[in-house]
Amino acid sequence: MNGIKQLFGGNTRQFGMIFALIFLIIFFQVFTGGLTLTPDNVINLFNGNAYILILAIGMVLVIIAGHIDLSVGSIAAFVGIVVAMTMRDWHLPWFMGILIGLVLGALIGAWQGFFVAYVGIPAFIVTLAGMLLFRGANQLVGKSNTIPVPKDFQYIGAGYLPEVGPNTGYNNLTVLLGLIAVAAIIWGEVHTRRNAESIGAVVSPLWVSVTKIVVLSAAVLYTTYLFATGRPGTSFPIPGVILGLLVLIYGFVSSRTIIGRHIYAVGGNRHAAALSGVKSKKVDFLVMLNMAVLAGLAGMIFIGRSNASGPFDGVGWELDAIAAVFIGGAAVTGGVGTVVGSVIGGLVMAVLNNGLQLLGAGADITQIIKGLVLLAAVVFDVYNKSQGKKSITGLLMRNFGNRPQAETTETKDIISTPAGV
Amino acid sequence: MVSSSPVILEMRSITKEFPGVKALSDVSISVRANEIHAICGENGAGKSTLMKVLSGVYPYGSYSGDIVFQGQACEFKDIRASEAAGIVIIHQELALIPELSILENIFLGNEPTKFGAIDWNQARRRSLDLLARVGLRDDPDTPIKEIGVGKQQLVEIAKALNKSVKLLILDEPTAALNETDSQHLLDLIRGLKSKGISSIMISHKLNEIEQVADSITIIRDGRTIETLDVKDDGVDEDRIIKGMVGRTLESRFPDHTPNIGEVFFEVRNWTVRHPQVADRLVCKNASFNVRRGEIVGFAGLMGAGRTELARSVFGRSYGNFVSGQIIKDGKEIVLRTVPQAIRHGIGYLTEDRKSLGLNLLDDIKETTVSAALQKVSKYSVVDVNKEYTVAESYRKQLRTKAPSVDEGVDKLSGGNQQKVVLAKWMFADPDLLILDEPTRGIDVGAKYEIYGIIQQLANQGKGVIVISSELPELLGISDRIYTIFEGAITGVVSKEAANQESLMKLMTAAKKSA
Repeated sequence: MNGIKQLFGGNTRQFGMIFALIFLIIFFQVFTGGLTLTPDNVINLFNGNAYILILAIGMVLVIIAGHIDLSVGSIAAFVGIVVAMTMRDWHLPWFMGILIGLVLGALIGAWQGFFVAYVGIPAFIVTLAGMLLFRGANQLVGKSNTIPVPKDFQYIGAGYLPEVGPNTGYNNLTVLLGLIAVAAIIWGEVHTRRNAESIGAVVSPLWVSVTKIVVLSAAVLYTTYLFATGRPGTSFPIPGVILGLLVLIYGFVSSRTIIGRHIYAVGGNRHAAALSGVKSKKVDFLVMLNMAVLAGLAGMIFIGRSNASGPFDGVGWELDAIAAVFIGGAAVTGGVGTVVGSVIGGLVMAVLNNGLQLLGAGADITQIIKGLVLLAAVVFDVYNKSQGKKSITGLLMRNFGNRPQAETTETKDIISTPAGV
Repeated sequence: MVSSSPVILEMRSITKEFPGVKALSDVSISVRANEIHAICGENGAGKSTLMKVLSGVYPYGSYSGDIVFQGQACEFKDIRASEAAGIVIIHQELALIPELSILENIFLGNEPTKFGAIDWNQARRRSLDLLARVGLRDDPDTPIKEIGVGKQQLVEIAKALNKSVKLLILDEPTAALNETDSQHLLDLIRGLKSKGISSIMISHKLNEIEQVADSITIIRDGRTIETLDVKDDGVDEDRIIKGMVGRTLESRFPDHTPNIGEVFFEVRNWTVRHPQVADRLVCKNASFNVRRGEIVGFAGLMGAGRTELARSVFGRSYGNFVSGQIIKDGKEIVLRTVPQAIRHGIGYLTEDRKSLGLNLLDDIKETTVSAALQKVSKYSVVDVNKEYTVAESYRKQLRTKAPSVDEGVDKLSGGNQQKVVLAKWMFADPDLLILDEPTRGIDVGAKYEIYGIIQQLANQGKGVIVISSELPELLGISDRIYTIFEGAITGVVSKEAANQESLMKLMTAAKKSA
């Protein structure tokens, strides 16, 4: 038992959500007779949820800063319809469409951020208004019609990494990505150990690092194998690539940059942050702006995947994104939460959805179970905190990026964190 | 006449302990019928704690000692129980709901009912009578937020009268009031006395106490020092002050030879308005200066405007700026925001550590660098190794007791939390550091260490302003002390010339010194 503690660092409960995810995957794999971990299903799962996970990345920053955004589904739909129309009516190329979508998202974000940060209206109200406003705008602009998007634009929502190089029987680029990920895991762990040594912090035992590398690499390689051996023409999906990039960027920004620190500071104690010289209004403005840009991106990926933009795109997305964030260990009061944790929270929801579908459960049962899981995750977290433990995935994943090992010399529980992704 | 009336309240040998602190130790007090009994003491002497014991905020069993009210032993388990017995406390922070009307506030939690529904007719009739008794002529339907603090205070008293109060406790009743309103309130309290309602009054305004109180109990360090009969003992302000501060100074401060340079920081004619109450000035034409290597004390009672002055100078982080100048190193600077103030080399350590000074979700290293992130960053990316080393070096230097700098600040004791906040400002390296109550809630050992740090900062040529409610502390570490009363600076005294009594006079009786 002590060994497991050493391996996973500190309290095993901190890994609650990761274990829950693994448990769910194994559970569904067994009860669907092996249908869960097939290349097709895993690719589907990624494609069908990438846009929610992207929203969760923006949402967690909003929630860390102590706000909420209810408008993301409507923004996604509005951006989607505008992009679809500009490409259809003005015959703009796909990259111009994307650019327009991102700029439009930024404008909407600036509009909402202005009211939240500088007028001081609670984000709940501003974005509730935005939810109505942009839903209406979508239907006004599109005349409640469905508008198709051109073939080359569909690539960002439904494309795959291309086949290049010699015919190995696997998708070469996917394999390459997997190998890079493994290399990053090894490099990250070595780097972390070296850092800890150089600054005189306590270094975890070697076998812990080795086991960690082996377990993580195995997981990555298996996933790579699944993606690389799908039906001909499929491989690692483009939305997955975009998501992966965003996780890396936002994980880094939130944990390692000044603005990231400021977001946590504002959410943790607005007054203390202000009196330490943090421009809290600017932080509020930026998180709202960023959220809308990501909502625009999610909307574009969605219309790419569904080949068209319609009047009811994005209905209920905000709730899925918010649920993912809270399952991933964020606190309603702000200041707590992580990008990686939220993505894991989103994956838990996605795997549940997918697994229940494979088992033939109806939408009714699926919703009931998802509701209970959300409640259970937060109850678990609150219980943990009342026991004096930190949030499950929350604080753990805050160490995303290779920050020095957090270890206490006087207690048995050693808090170490997995390096890299 | 007063001394002959019967005792209605006796509190005997009240002892109340909080974890690690004995707030009250063997305190006794007796209040007679038809008298106004004042309780005096420095901040933190235990006055409010005593009143909370009396009013049931700290329930029976959480303290030791006896309370006898009107001949009956009382075991109040909450405020409702003490109110049922006729003891009503009016807190400094008024407990009125701003959106509700005068009428609704008076009867809140005590609504007259008829068949289960609120009987508004009866309430209105009774409210008119109550308002007449406190001398308030406003329409009972006026929302509370539309009347001034003075009238709100009267509504609180009307509310208490509605509960058939026999003993009224007023905690700093005039702290937020202007002269006229204060006088009206004091007259009202005297009027109530003649109608058989006794009052216990806590106040820092000694002139008011002298004016209305019949007897005075002085509390110091959680103990009863003496009870004075105003008429018989010929009590005046000096007599009260002597009782309040009569403590010997021990050597609680590290030795320090100041090395004071020229004036480098100056604030001139600083005037600031209250953020909510537009006609109230929290700083009135205040001017002060700080020399290099000097520790300047700011003395003033709670609510005198010390924090307001400091925070308004620190990037206008409090109140609405009206007028005034800041001159640093011979040049006028304008500090509109906190980041500007920090950039100009000013730091401010907050008085309220938990709610204003710390993000309790952070660990030691994150807190240490939080006011100067750019110093551990390159291209806006935080160098976590540097962060760790910086935090670690401050932890060693200040001897912060924690297993490592990865420890969450919420796990630290008050003294160690304060060291982390000090480290944060030391790392930001300001020229002028304002410390607001730097030793509040900290045990004696840690206080000594913090004094050492303050002196060390001054030795580096920085200016340090220390705001404190504890006069011995100010006398112990300051080179010069400004006194503040009601937002105005009432005096400046050098270390050699200062003593507790002279400071207390300047802090309480502005008119006499001005």
